[in-house]
Amino acid sequence: MEAGGASAPRTRLAVAGARATTEAMLRNQPRRDVIRNAVFAGLLLLAVVIALAGLLALILQALAKGSSAISPDLVNNPPSTAFPDKAGYRPAIIGSLELIAGVLLFIVPVGVGAALYLEEYADKSRWWNTVIEVNIQNLAAVPSIIYGILGLAFIVRGPLDLGFILVAGSLTLALLVLPMVIIASREALRAVPDSIRQGSLALGATQWQTIRRQVLPAAIPGVATGVILAVSRAIGETAPLLLVGATVFVTFDPTPFGTDGYSAMPVQIFNYALRPQEEFQALAAAGIILMLVVLLAMNSFAIWLRNRYEQRW
Amino acid sequence: MAQDEIKPEAARQSREAAAERAAIAVRPEFRSGAEAGFKDKVFEMRGIEVLYSGVSAVKGISMDVGHNEVTALIGPSGCGKSTLLRCLNRMNDLIPTAEVEGELLYHGEDLYGPNVDPVQVRKMIGMVFQKPNPFPKSVYDNIAFGPRVLGRKEGLDEVVEKALRGAALWGEVKDRLKDNAFGLSGGQQQRLCIARCIAVEPDVILMDEPCSALDPISTGKIEDLMIELKERFSIVIVTHNMQQAARVSDRTAFLMVELDAEEHNRWGRLVEHDVTERIFTNPTDKRTEDYVSGKVG
Repeated sequence: MEAGGASAPRTRLAVAGARATTEAMLRNQPRRDVIRNAVFAGLLLLAVVIALAGLLALILQALAKGSSAISPDLVNNPPSTAFPDKAGYRPAIIGSLELIAGVLLFIVPVGVGAALYLEEYADKSRWWNTVIEVNIQNLAAVPSIIYGILGLAFIVRGPLDLGFILVAGSLTLALLVLPMVIIASREALRAVPDSIRQGSLALGATQWQTIRRQVLPAAIPGVATGVILAVSRAIGETAPLLLVGATVFVTFDPTPFGTDGYSAMPVQIFNYALRPQEEFQALAAAGIILMLVVLLAMNSFAIWLRNRYEQRW
Repeated sequence: MAQDEIKPEAARQSREAAAERAAIAVRPEFRSGAEAGFKDKVFEMRGIEVLYSGVSAVKGISMDVGHNEVTALIGPSGCGKSTLLRCLNRMNDLIPTAEVEGELLYHGEDLYGPNVDPVQVRKMIGMVFQKPNPFPKSVYDNIAFGPRVLGRKEGLDEVVEKALRGAALWGEVKDRLKDNAFGLSGGQQQRLCIARCIAVEPDVILMDEPCSALDPISTGKIEDLMIELKERFSIVIVTHNMQQAARVSDRTAFLMVELDAEEHNRWGRLVEHDVTERIFTNPTDKRTEDYVSGKVG
């Protein structure tokens, strides 16, 4: 009784002390930390806003200036200096499509072939394969104007001597985006687990059968994504095309081997934008909208494709 | 000074050589006894050594594998069981730094002879891996892949059904042959891999810890399957599970890790190879006894 009476308040005291400590521990963090957190989060958000603001400004400005020029004429009519209200992008659109077709014909077999060699066949302990690897990474970072000069020297003139034709433009653009395709394809091939290769080889399949029937099919979504992104880059390139003969003013439908000249979307936009008249400015803005729509659609498709068909192992 | 260093080294080497000779002399049944029991031999290994970048992974493996038998390779992790298994169908060829020394006869033919094509070897000697590795295709296409690469175009339906029946999987998947194999359970996937392997009608099936990723029920099914399959195939299985080796195998080989004097390098060495019952009840070597009774490893 006596002992109980003495210990009860002491116990209460101990419990209260423990509770106070817990409460102190759980209470809000110091004010300084709260502020620091908020500032940091704000800075990060600012980075995102700056990144998006550029795109947003471009779209808004193009819409404001170009919406008046958007009409079926834009895709149906050739450019004209006399009638800017009727002028359009028809030869440039056709030129761009033909360029892209040529780029695809070149980069799919060569890009995938190079990736297959590097991933599946190359002995990585050999120094020259390491050199090739490093150089492909470097090539992807070379400015496009350099490829334009290369195209001019080796494709338009020089060894290939194709002249200023659309195919020469295609080849130049293809060389420009080839490293992107190789890098993306290699990543797609590397994502196919070795257990699949071993399983196939253990059944008596040859290395080529294994690649052709197991590895490549499993890598196709990744390869396709890389190809689409490469093509969307090629569509937007202007500088190399100017060097290898894309003409800024073409009023007829270009052909792949025609020597009369060809044009492409970005080149035509460039031409319109250089003119002082208000109507041509609007045309240029409308062309920008057209290209942005096409590029965003292609990139979205690439992302969708990757998410939809990517094999999860 | 230099002489002092060489001397113990030479002494050690001669000691080891003597011990090796003694080991063989002490255990004559290790070679002759086991060999006497073979009806027909699939593999004959003589002093097999596998090196990765010049470093031994297994050394001095001499043993035989019987036809229509299940041979189990047991031993602690890192003793080179899988490495040895991968020699048998030349899967080690896929590792550029791997070298195989010694003599490996397959039905009396040198498996590493100059005119032997590893692709042909793997058609005769199939393999089932530790982790089920179905192809990202339908159940049907998984099985048909092997026959297709062998050039078969007709009668694939029968081949697929026969292989799936052979792997005790037909009843479970006959209504979902067109479904992706990734939708099967782990145990079903592993039996699919076995079916895929027997669809090419090999002579030998190598299994590298085929049940280590499976639950006990799936494991039981695959063990039953192995006993059934040995009527038609010779099976070599690597397993960590000693009960499994005891249940399914006719013969068991026990490998152990060996260290050099400085403990720098380690490699696998065959300790004992005998009829399974003897390995588990009355092994000749003390180390085998310690391992199978759970004292070490």
